[in-house]
Amino acid sequence: MRYMMLIHHDEAALAAAPQKDLWADYAAFNEALSKAIGGSSGERLEPGKNATIVRSNDVLDGPYADTKEQFAGYFFVEAADLDEAVAWAKRCPSSRYGAIEIRPVVAQQASWK
Amino acid sequence: MQYMLLIQGDETKMNAATVVDDTGMSAEYAAYNAALMKAGVIRGGERLKPTSATTSVRVRDKKAIVLSGPYAETQEQLGGFYIIDVPDLDEAIEWAKKCPAAQSGTVEVRPIWPTGR
Amino acid sequence: MSDTDEAARIAERVARDSYGRLVAFLAARTRDVAGAEDALSEAFAAALRMWPADGVPDNPDAWLLTVARRRQTDSIRRRQTRRAGEEHLMLIADELEAAASEGREIPDRRLALMFACAHPAIERGMRAPLILQTILGMTAEDISAAFLIPPATMGQRLVRAKARIQDAGIPFAVPENEDLPERLEAVLDAIYAAYTKGWSEVGDAGVPEMAGEAIWLGRLLVGLLPHEPEVKGMLALMLYAEARRNARRDSTGAYVPLEQQDTSLWDDSQIGIAETLLREANKGGPSGRYQLEAAIQSAHSARRLAGVDNWAAIVALYDHLLARTHSPVVVLNRAVALAEVEGAQAGLDAIDSIAADKRMQTYQPYWAARGHLLARAGCKSEAREALTLAIGLSSDEAVRAYLRGKLAELLDA
Repeated sequence: MRYMMLIHHDEAALAAAPQKDLWADYAAFNEALSKAIGGSSGERLEPGKNATIVRSNDVLDGPYADTKEQFAGYFFVEAADLDEAVAWAKRCPSSRYGAIEIRPVVAQQASWK
Repeated sequence: MQYMLLIQGDETKMNAATVVDDTGMSAEYAAYNAALMKAGVIRGGERLKPTSATTSVRVRDKKAIVLSGPYAETQEQLGGFYIIDVPDLDEAIEWAKKCPAAQSGTVEVRPIWPTGR
Repeated sequence: MSDTDEAARIAERVARDSYGRLVAFLAARTRDVAGAEDALSEAFAAALRMWPADGVPDNPDAWLLTVARRRQTDSIRRRQTRRAGEEHLMLIADELEAAASEGREIPDRRLALMFACAHPAIERGMRAPLILQTILGMTAEDISAAFLIPPATMGQRLVRAKARIQDAGIPFAVPENEDLPERLEAVLDAIYAAYTKGWSEVGDAGVPEMAGEAIWLGRLLVGLLPHEPEVKGMLALMLYAEARRNARRDSTGAYVPLEQQDTSLWDDSQIGIAETLLREANKGGPSGRYQLEAAIQSAHSARRLAGVDNWAAIVALYDHLLARTHSPVVVLNRAVALAEVEGAQAGLDAIDSIAADKRMQTYQPYWAARGHLLARAGCKSEAREALTLAIGLSSDEAVRAYLRGKLAELLDA
């Protein structure tokens, strides 16, 4: 099954973490992930304050939801089952500073893929 | 610049939409996808299963907490996303307006971190 | 119990055993629990109806499957649907045939199904109902009665939970070593939760059949995981409690607290089985929560032989349990035992540490225990206050009547 892993961060907690270790952990995680699934599968997003909201024809300053923890990025995993996906979520350094949300992807054959 | 268009909508309504073919897509989305492709701006996108199939994980004090359900209970839910590559925010907003979800829900436009992950 | 009743019970057990095995086998292959249940439900209902009267067929699995296939074909003829059910049945028919030709049984995947039902991604409150329905074939209505939830709501929640197993991709597998203790605890907690629904302190609020189902699941689990001490500990714990079922009320139906029960009413054979299980469980390795709780019950049952409870041993066991769980309920039970060793004031001092805990404000056993201890310590007006609260928080008439009696004693004295 294909899962989208949504990273939600508490930006303050992340900023307070020892930066060198944190980003070294992240680099190691990305390395392990890309080795396991073959290539990069995710993106980091600009912070929520740089988001824009479109609703009907209204355009507003973002982000969509004003929560303590913010959607900050995502990656995909191809896993046999939920337990394998949970194992990847645990490995992701952000799981210590927020939460990883695991959403199964609807299998669709879109022509851009 | 690359932008992520996050589709936020009432998932019960989204899932009730009439599908046109075996891809499970509604006519509106099929047309929108075709337009994105014709313009050559699409870089990716996925439709997600409903939040009832979602699980959240946090690690605290080295212990994983696995919770049933999405990260946040909201009136509208993230149903899917597109990644588009366009020159600027205004064009990204134009695409967001054309997205079927903008009529019934909300589309959030988030720039992707330029250096990648 | 008459012979026909006994035969009916055995027939029902075999039907549930076979049904659960077939559902688990199908679901583990397809991850579609609801589909597996659908395919077999009518055949299972027919088995529950016919086997008690006609006797158990030689090959229960094959009987269920044959009837299921016939019903399936009927309903397909009526309306061109349920193709998924048909595919499910083909799968299992192939497997059964292959198994029969090699002289073996189809693999028992019930353990994997139980782990799926008690997965951390499944809402805690739904784990026991899911196991009861998928493994035992219990209806949403029967389950809802024990869990005090309206049948329609229980039905919807079960449907959602099964969809979630499939949609979220919850595995049908026994977890790897490092995850096993925690995941097994969830399975044990679910089964024990079902047991406690059937064994409230007194019969009124409980559903006794549920206790029997939980014990059956406990036995099944011991058979499937014979080397896990905690599984034996949990089964022992349930059997110790079960052994005292008839002593919990006197001839007038009034509530009898544990320390005043007539030990000649305790069931020796159940206690014997529990003791054996507990001894086996304690052979090696660290003691888990269920082993400790069973050991406490074992110490209580020693009163049957010695005539007195071994309260010092009970306090020591609660100390171990407390170190593991930090639960206010354990603090409370330990305090009650401590009062028997060191006096009421020591017990009262010990519950001071949880007096501010919000959960205790509406926890009936807390106020009942506090009331008893205060009465023994001679603090009359405080005892009256606590006992009144305990009566107000109780939902069981027999317990209320008992506490009203205590309150009257206090006022007379």
